[in-house]
Order: sequence, then C-alpha cells, then structure tokens
Amino acid sequence: MPARFGVIQFPGSCDERDAVAACERVGEARLVWHEERDLSDLDVVVVPGGFSYGDYLRAGAIARFAPAMEAVARFAAEGGPVLGICNGFQVLCEAGLLPGALLPNENLRFVCRQVDLEVVSTGSPFTAELKAGERLSVPVKHMSGRYYAPDELLDELEAAGQVVLRYAPGQNPNGSARDIAGVRNAAGNVMGLMPHPEHAVDELTGSADGLRLFASAAASLRAVHAAA
Amino acid sequence: MPSRGRRYFCPVKARVLIRPKEGILDPQGKAVERALPALGFSGINHVRVGRLVELEAEDPSRLGELCEKLLANPLIEDYEIVELQEA
Repeated sequence: MPARFGVIQFPGSCDERDAVAACERVGEARLVWHEERDLSDLDVVVVPGGFSYGDYLRAGAIARFAPAMEAVARFAAEGGPVLGICNGFQVLCEAGLLPGALLPNENLRFVCRQVDLEVVSTGSPFTAELKAGERLSVPVKHMSGRYYAPDELLDELEAAGQVVLRYAPGQNPNGSARDIAGVRNAAGNVMGLMPHPEHAVDELTGSADGLRLFASAAASLRAVHAAA
Repeated sequence: MPSRGRRYFCPVKARVLIRPKEGILDPQGKAVERALPALGFSGINHVRVGRLVELEAEDPSRLGELCEKLLANPLIEDYEIVELQEA
C-alpha cells in the first residue's frame, strides 16, 4: 500500500502544493485544511512552509493553536512521522514538538539560495535511508531561520543525535547555532528543517536531493509494515 | 453593567513588554544602533528592539499564563506585565 501523506494548509501557507507534489512522487497525498481534526487516514504529516496567519507575533506562534495542530500533536505522540519545513519547522518548535526556536536571520535579510546540507543523523524516518556524512543540495528561502537553543540544550541535542542536518561548512545562510539546519525530537518521529526539500525533487530545477527525504519516509513505513 | 446573570467586572488595562533575552543576538537592535551615528546621535549603546502588546483583561490573574503560552516564547524572550489604571 502506498504511503499516505497529509500536508497541512494554514491561511498564509504557500508551499503546500509543492509539498503535495513531492509526496505524490513517492506515495499518495492530500491537503489538510487547518480546521480539520481527523488525520486517521494518514501515515505521514507534513507541515509546509509559508507565512501561516501572517507570521503575526512570531513565526509559527499562532498556527500552533490551529485545530489541525492539536491533531498533529496527537499524531506525533502516537509515533506518527511528522516533517516540518521552514514555517512548518517554526510551528513545530512553537508547539513544543521540537526543541529550540527560530530567530530572525543574523543579517536581517531574506535569504533565497541553494545550499549544501550534511546529513548528521539517520535517526528519523526522513533520513533513515540516507547516510551520515553525505551531502544534499536543497534551497533555502526564509527571513527567520536562525536556529537557536541554549548551549546546554545544544550539547544535549548533539549528544543524543537529535541534530539531523547541518549547513555545509561556510554555507550557514542565517547564523544558526552550530550550523544546524534540521533537528528531530527525542523519539525521532518528528523532524524539522529550514531548507525546502519539496523544492528539490527534479533535476530539471537543479537538484532532486530533497525527494530523498520523502522517499525515506515512505520506505521506513514499508519496513514497519513488513515487520508487522 | 450587570445583566442577565453576568458577573460585573472591571477590565484591567495592561501593557506587556516583550524583549529578546539577555545574551541573544538582536540584529534589529544592532541595525538601529548602527544607523544612529549617521543621524548625529552619538553615545547610544545596547539598543534592543522588542514588542509592546496592549490589552484589556477581565481576569488579570491569568496574564502570566497568556504570556508564557502565546505573547512571548520563554526560550528566547523575556516579558514584563505592567498593569495600568482600570479601564
């Protein structure tokens, strides 16, 4: 059975269609309106990029209270794989589903460019099929992408393998602490990253490396089903 | 006004000041600070830019919780609640 992906759509989301298109390359996908509460038909949830609720107050601060986010929190608590991309990463941090916070870029500029990422941890369904140390070419486009957590927490995250992706040396686009581009929760099923894997799914647009995260999630599900 | 069983209340006006936590780089504050000398303002240092939220609360005892949950992100921001004269 193909993996069934759901992509949350908030007022102000703007990358949900690319996310659905990326998911459809490796499984089935549908949009989940922010007022929906039933995710029981889904295997994987993607919280996409954009400017949910205008990013008022702080990026992601208001979206975390959407009915769909309560459902996402339950889905995550039951072990369901959740991927937050860009604004979705900010939402998951604000919701407490991921550690840390995203601050305005160090240079106060909106960055939009292709960056190389290094895979640090394969301990999430989205990176399980990748190899630690390999590089992915994926675009970033954001204004508030500077990953921050207090030093003690950063030490803990590194020790526990919760830092999943780093910007390659010299390519940190926003001043993120320790070049961190993506993290996961302690259980491993929830992951967030600032770069946009859904915009890198076809060689025609420069890179298909991003597709591997979605393919990895689908493959992880097949492995789980095969073992069950 | 007391009406149809509703408890009479007197909303409290409050001002919530939110600022980046000490030690967290505040690029906005830095940009403001760097712009000042060009305008002839010298000797202005340590500029930090935060947010101000004004509100009226029927039950001010829950303002702290409100700040922790929504108005501020305690990981990166400090907040201060200033109650003003009754509305």
